[in-house]
Amino acid sequence: MSTPAKRTPLSERRLLKIARPIIIIVALIATWQLTVTLTGAPKYMLPTPIDVWHTLITRYAVLFDHARYTIAETVIGLFAGATLGALAAIPMALFTPVRFWLMPILLVSQAIPFFALAPLLVLWLGFGLASKIAMAALIIFFPVTVAFFDGLARTEPGWLDLARTMGASRWRLLTHIRLPAALPAFASGFRVATAVAPIGAVIGEWVGSSHGLGYLMLHANARVQIDMVFACLLILCAFSITQYFIVDRVLRAALPWQPDSLTPVR
Amino acid sequence: MTDTTPKPTTAPNPTQFDIDLRSARVAFGGVDIFHDLDLGLPAGSFTCLLGPSGVGKSTLLRFLADLVEGDVSGNISCSDGLPLKSRIAYMAQQDLLLPWRTVRENVELGASLRGQRPDHDKADRLIAEVGLSNAAHLRPAELSGGMKQRAALARTLMEDRPVVLMDEPFSALDPVNRLRLQELAARVLRGKTVLLVTHDPLEALRLGDFVHVLRGSPARLQDAITPAGHSPRDITDADILRQQAQLLRQLGANETAAAVSENAQ
Repeated sequence: MSTPAKRTPLSERRLLKIARPIIIIVALIATWQLTVTLTGAPKYMLPTPIDVWHTLITRYAVLFDHARYTIAETVIGLFAGATLGALAAIPMALFTPVRFWLMPILLVSQAIPFFALAPLLVLWLGFGLASKIAMAALIIFFPVTVAFFDGLARTEPGWLDLARTMGASRWRLLTHIRLPAALPAFASGFRVATAVAPIGAVIGEWVGSSHGLGYLMLHANARVQIDMVFACLLILCAFSITQYFIVDRVLRAALPWQPDSLTPVR
Repeated sequence: MTDTTPKPTTAPNPTQFDIDLRSARVAFGGVDIFHDLDLGLPAGSFTCLLGPSGVGKSTLLRFLADLVEGDVSGNISCSDGLPLKSRIAYMAQQDLLLPWRTVRENVELGASLRGQRPDHDKADRLIAEVGLSNAAHLRPAELSGGMKQRAALARTLMEDRPVVLMDEPFSALDPVNRLRLQELAARVLRGKTVLLVTHDPLEALRLGDFVHVLRGSPARLQDAITPAGHSPRDITDADILRQQAQLLRQLGANETAAAVSENAQ
């Protein structure tokens, strides 16, 4: 796909790239273990990494079962929110009146603390997936809309001039120039959304649910099974990072002209 | 790489109509950039527009391209009675290549923006003409500055419009590339009516049949200087150098005198 790399990949740099996250993880776990050892914190306050590892192994089936729900809520919420955000941004960028009516509503909506909406969503949409998907979608709607709208509004004026002299219709101007030009902005909004979407799902589960890692955490916490809480957190972390990584890779591959995609990362 | 053999090819599709601009006026924020401005562009002529930065050269060019919005008036007429709009191709200082399209796709941009089937053979021929055959499949980020401007030139030619408006298209290039592209432009644009905005007097004298200086506020067009011979001209020629001195004087060597005479009017 790409042309021969301009810079020879330094094996040292590549090694560091792989080693760095491992070093960070090992250091964090060591700090954690050290904190427990030094403070002598009891297991029901702060379990050791080994305790948590043990829980991860022994309660694997339960954890996995609940994780499936959280992952499904997050992923569906992410795509629902991003789609709605894109659908809101395009008419706002195209039609000035729409922008004038919609922008204040969007801004006001940001003044509402979304976490406070969670109980209402559960009331309206029930204990199932729907209320959590709605929560995740709501949280990411704004960053995606704003980023994409910004990208659409900031089309290089020279491109628009050129397209006008070429006799482009409004529609083709959108599909051939403004939309592709705004995709990198949309991608950065989507990256932010990817990071926050699991928060929406978990908050929804805390407020009212019968499944999911949030539900599991809440119950484990009530029963002082702190090792279980940590196990849930670790799974959430691992899932969030994996999801972000996949999304980042897909976006880079889909937008190969983007400046930050041009440096070879392999 | 440079094609120094002068090819006196007869233009494939020479422009047949003159353009007459009368009483052009553009104002930004209540201040007139220029008013009562008249400019004639004879069929198939190459006109250069010189002037200090910010005087309104680009605005005048964009006015002709119908790209200026707001407080604008004036009359553009063509000697064949048809409107000028939709008969111009525009080339700017930035290459304006779309980064997600390859060179070939960029050259074919006009057709896809109009929903037409692009003429691939013609695109390939023009890409070859500007010396980019080996780079046709590359994206702009993989090109050098000179290659990008060549691609932009091919895109301009692809439109095959009788009038070409160019806004400092070579100014961001290094001297060698600039000379090459000037030569290329002089060759491939022969027969078209061209208006080129530039800040380089030698570039204007090298390429232009008519060289105008635009200066003052509101800006006024000075009478054209008409260098002898055919473009691209030898810029070491004594007459050209004399005319360069004349242009430099018009551009600022006697700035204060010009200001006084303009105030007196």
